[in-house]
Amino acid sequence: MTRAAEETNRRLLRARDTMDLTYGRSLDIPTLARIACVSEAHFIREFRATFGETPHRYLQRRRVERALYLLRCTDRSITDICFDVGFASLGTFSKTFRLIVGESPSEYRRRGEVIPVPTCFAMAWTRPSSFGEDDRRMTG
Amino acid sequence: MLSSLRISQIYVLDQDQAVDFYVGKLGLEINTDQDLGFMRFLTVNVPGEPDHQILLEKPGPPAMDPATAEEVRSLLTKGRTGGHLFFTTPDARKAYEDLLAKGVEFTQEPTEQPYGIDFGLRDPFGNHIRVAQMAPAAS
Repeated sequence: MTRAAEETNRRLLRARDTMDLTYGRSLDIPTLARIACVSEAHFIREFRATFGETPHRYLQRRRVERALYLLRCTDRSITDICFDVGFASLGTFSKTFRLIVGESPSEYRRRGEVIPVPTCFAMAWTRPSSFGEDDRRMTG
Repeated sequence: MLSSLRISQIYVLDQDQAVDFYVGKLGLEINTDQDLGFMRFLTVNVPGEPDHQILLEKPGPPAMDPATAEEVRSLLTKGRTGGHLFFTTPDARKAYEDLLAKGVEFTQEPTEQPYGIDFGLRDPFGNHIRVAQMAPAAS
């Protein structure tokens, strides 16, 4: 590991932090690659090598994680939550949610409220990352 | 048995840069800055809280071999050494605005939580910091 590699790590972390900060807005690879100061193709490859998953997948599952939280800790409607967390359509949200969580948003909501923890821990530990899961559920 | 937590530690890549950030931007004060020869013993604390210090330690020889230090540096810059600091403030939104003006990198904007209002940020190296305005305890 060289100093240059550490700087790359830090820039990629900055791009990942941007996803954690602005998942509710539309975010694209060119924007994130600019934050990381690398080309788009390089960004996707380096991000995956550094954090173990593609940026698209990281963001998709960040959005689902925030939806999990909002479903159980707020009274907002499922449609509002879909757009709050940055999905462009209810159809994509429902399909993605079911694929990752294994049940629909309304079914998940019926599990009831969760104990509040600092958001950074909720975001780090409850994002359905699929690390440690069966590879069959690896999608996107 | 134990009575307080006096010093806790996080890794930093550069201690001068750490002082710029923790003192210059976050407003902490230097508690101890001493060249012990084998290391620079650098601690900071929240003003008025000298009994709760943070040791800003640089990974490397002679404490650890160069290859291990490289691993620590790599994890640190990926945000994965586990260096978390949780501070409190009387006014989270004002603290956020002040830090925003100083060019600090955020991981979360001020957010209402059952326990108060808090936000997240990174230090220049990858450590994660949280600042909370705690809700008054229920009477």
